[in-house]
Amino acid sequence: MKATYSLFLVFGLVLVALIGVGGLGLHYLFGVIIPYVAVLCFILGFICKVLNWGRSPVPFRIPTTAGQQFSLPWIKQNKIDNPSTMWGVVLRMFFEIFTFRSLFRNTKVELYDGPKLAYASAKWLWLFALMFHYAFLVIFIRHMRFFTEPVPSIFQFIDKVDGVLQVGAPHIYITEIIILVGLAFLLLRRILDPKIRYISLPADYFPLFLILGIVVSGILMRFFVKTDVVGIKQITMGLVMLKPVLPKSVGTIFYVHLFLVSVLLIYFPFSKLMHMGGVFLSPTRNMINNNRMKRHVNPWNYPVKVHTYEAYEDEFREKMVEAGLPVDKPLEQSPAENKE
Amino acid sequence: MYDGGKILAGLAIFVLIFTFPFWYNIGNAAYQRPKLEKPKEKNCVESVEFMRADHMQLLNEWRDEYVREHITTYKSHLTGKKIRISLTKTCLKCHPNRDKFCDKCHASLAVSPYCWDCHVTPKGDSNEK
Repeated sequence: MKATYSLFLVFGLVLVALIGVGGLGLHYLFGVIIPYVAVLCFILGFICKVLNWGRSPVPFRIPTTAGQQFSLPWIKQNKIDNPSTMWGVVLRMFFEIFTFRSLFRNTKVELYDGPKLAYASAKWLWLFALMFHYAFLVIFIRHMRFFTEPVPSIFQFIDKVDGVLQVGAPHIYITEIIILVGLAFLLLRRILDPKIRYISLPADYFPLFLILGIVVSGILMRFFVKTDVVGIKQITMGLVMLKPVLPKSVGTIFYVHLFLVSVLLIYFPFSKLMHMGGVFLSPTRNMINNNRMKRHVNPWNYPVKVHTYEAYEDEFREKMVEAGLPVDKPLEQSPAENKE
Repeated sequence: MYDGGKILAGLAIFVLIFTFPFWYNIGNAAYQRPKLEKPKEKNCVESVEFMRADHMQLLNEWRDEYVREHITTYKSHLTGKKIRISLTKTCLKCHPNRDKFCDKCHASLAVSPYCWDCHVTPKGDSNEK
């Protein structure tokens, strides 16, 4: 139900663009205004979200780690999974961001007859997530050919490597296949596994369907519903050079693709997709575990007015001595008392 | 803010990366549609719109038909004439200069078709090194 709801939401968005551009001819709205709003919303929203996270207090090191911490010299420390130095943390973050180490530790739980509960390693999520993210990255970088003139050789090179199979004309990109396979797995995992289906929300399905919509509209535009690509570059270059032009030769399919991307950009800062920025702020990954070496004072401790024992004894010393209680400092004999 | 310096540096990098197309093009001349060398003959194989969007698929089909099935003619939907399937003898007859025709758009869009791995270009083969 949640999945169909999200799917129809994406269908609705496609329909909005189809009717808006194809039917009503609102090219300026869909080709200029919405993309600009989307980019602004994405950048500002992203910054606000991260600043908001940055303002949250970081009281102490969270020692939730996956390895032996620094201890006695004859106990071998896991220097990356439980780092006690800045470089260890840098490596841990590097592996987290580039190789999804946390997902690599994913496990599955299964109940067998008996009943027996069994835990096992499950690497599929890690593998397909890795495929999806890297394919998306390459596709994102490849699109820079529409935003630069002349196209820098690095983007040309990536384009060539991605199209190295030279199948068909235009060439099929390897990443097109990889991202579809990755998305299919991430989606089917939520739909077919009852446990994951139970915890999945529209906010989990919607980004998947939205990105799938973007990929499918892109593939359609490249291979099936063809349109004037040079005209598209005129639009994209006009947008980034702040002199928008809208050639009439560009078909509605491009505006559908652009509208879905705009929706993704607008949706991004308010959604789970913010893990792009959030991964850098993971408290269990970006802190040195040096609890035993350095004192970490809780920074939001309220400045409590304390009454130390010394001050207490100064105040009540005479009465304490009278009552026969032991005192740290003996009662000073005043000169007057000595004379008596 | 805790670790404010690092967070602000990270955000600066984020903004720099995601606004790349906006600052990279500052100072460049506005993008113009590449000007192609136009032949004297008015009609191409198909309409201009079709050729713009679909010429690569047409050429791909032509190659398969000619090489694998030995179909040597193509009936144009535009003029109804039968056209000889040949890159060199049909396409390049009107558009002989690769530099001034094919490569204009291909370079602008970072497309590198492999036509020229086998075919020779009569003129404008500055890319052949």
